[in-house]
Amino acid sequence: MEKIIGFYPGCSLEGTAREYNESVFSLAKLFNIKLEPVPDWNCCGATAAHNISKKLSLSLPARILSQAETAGMKSLLVPCAACYNRLMVTQHELFENEELKSEVEEIMGMGLNSPIRVLNVIQFIQEYIYPGLQEKLSSPFGKKVACYYGCLLIRPHDVLNFDRTEDPQTMDEAMKMIGAESIDWPFKTECCGAGFSVSRTDLVAKLSGKIIKDACDRGAEAIIVACPMCHSNLDMRRNTIDRLLGYKTEIPVLYITQAIGLACGLSVKQTGIQRHIVRVDWQRLNSCLPEKMIKEEEDIHG
Amino acid sequence: MYYALYLITLLSKYMAKEIYQNNAPHTLNNDLFHEIGISSARCYQCGKCSAGCPMAEDMNYTPNTVMRIIQAEDRQMDLELLSSESIWLCASCEMCISRCPMQIDIPKIMDYLRQKSLQERLQDKAANKSIIPFHQSFLDMIRYTGRSYEVGLVLDFKLRSKKIMQDVDLVPKMLSHGKLPFLPDGIKGKKNIQAIFKRTLRKK
Ligand code: SF4
Ligand code: SF4
Repeated sequence: MEKIIGFYPGCSLEGTAREYNESVFSLAKLFNIKLEPVPDWNCCGATAAHNISKKLSLSLPARILSQAETAGMKSLLVPCAACYNRLMVTQHELFENEELKSEVEEIMGMGLNSPIRVLNVIQFIQEYIYPGLQEKLSSPFGKKVACYYGCLLIRPHDVLNFDRTEDPQTMDEAMKMIGAESIDWPFKTECCGAGFSVSRTDLVAKLSGKIIKDACDRGAEAIIVACPMCHSNLDMRRNTIDRLLGYKTEIPVLYITQAIGLACGLSVKQTGIQRHIVRVDWQRLNSCLPEKMIKEEEDIHG
Repeated sequence: MYYALYLITLLSKYMAKEIYQNNAPHTLNNDLFHEIGISSARCYQCGKCSAGCPMAEDMNYTPNTVMRIIQAEDRQMDLELLSSESIWLCASCEMCISRCPMQIDIPKIMDYLRQKSLQERLQDKAANKSIIPFHQSFLDMIRYTGRSYEVGLVLDFKLRSKKIMQDVDLVPKMLSHGKLPFLPDGIKGKKNIQAIFKRTLRKK
């Protein structure tokens, strides 16, 4: 039977993180889950809003929650870690403070009745993908990977209440389940520079550079992420990072849904792998992939 | 016995509030406590926040220094803090609060300081050329369309910050990888979003 859950893509997934969106949808389809987008959703305001105005930073996510509630959604999948964080924080602050809640309701001219279950991508995987995973696993991802959680998926712990703050394990578990070996490393929760990608590229290159370098030094063959901001800093900014490090790094950065999708037999196109700026070197990753997929990738890149 | 203690605490809380309202000095420390309920007195300067802060290296005022300045209740120092670049360099990564033994919400304090700095027009010059215009471009984009679109956002930011040539090398690659969508019309609830902006970002 097909399951339906609410879905909030957020702006990145419709733009620079299209491949994340594609892989989430392909994976959901494979597991017979229908993702129902929040009607007429707006941007959550991300970092900019809470830097500039507290009320604004609460009202924008509140509108999304209200739209989802009106559409009768009970749980909401939010793959972008930044959006997930903003929605969780807003929900926490508003349902804890009645006065603030009514103020925000007045600002947006909409009401909020009860909290919705907001799921991040890992929780979604645990709940909806794990049960059928062993059965669908067709080409195990037999590679050494560095799981990079970043900031927004696990902090602040008081609010998100997800995984451990210093040495989170959930992504490592998921990767082990699809046959990968996850390395021990100290950069799991270090910041990549987040929203400074455009305004202070120098800082992003420095912070992301340390992450890339450590993962390479420890012999990881791919970095696995669950956040579009982490991905764009580690992938799209690679030229700047390489310039700073003084040598060329080739380690690809994959979304966790892409890795699981590949292991379950989804194609390069279905998971959007061809969209990465740092090309996934299939000669090195190919032992885990069927022949036809390598060919498909070669065709795309010529 | 306990009852008496309880009464005394209640009374002292009440008195503290009275005193503040009547003749509290206008310091960040007081404002912080009364506006967002964070007491800087709990910070014992262990420095764990700064040890974990990814931006500490580039900050003049590291997180624990920020706490120390707030504790000092010195108007001059307060002003310097509000006009520093450091508060804008905080990436809101939440590392400091997750490691602080006293669970002091430094990211929330940083948000507060930035908002205050804007309100009092004290923002640092360097931040005013890079980080702040980016936030503004971002918010404007949402204000008028309901969503943020990277292309429009980056263009708008470039015009504001006059860094036209930065990132041009990325454009062809992003186009060929299908990562630059065109600018759509925006969401249906645009009016609603504009009203939210109007009610929250009143210009002074
Ligand atoms: S970690 Fe907490 S107690 Fe220690 S210096 Fe920082 S704010 Fe103060
Ligand atoms: S939230 Fe800001 S101050 Fe705290 S550790 Fe992160 S960058 Fe530093």
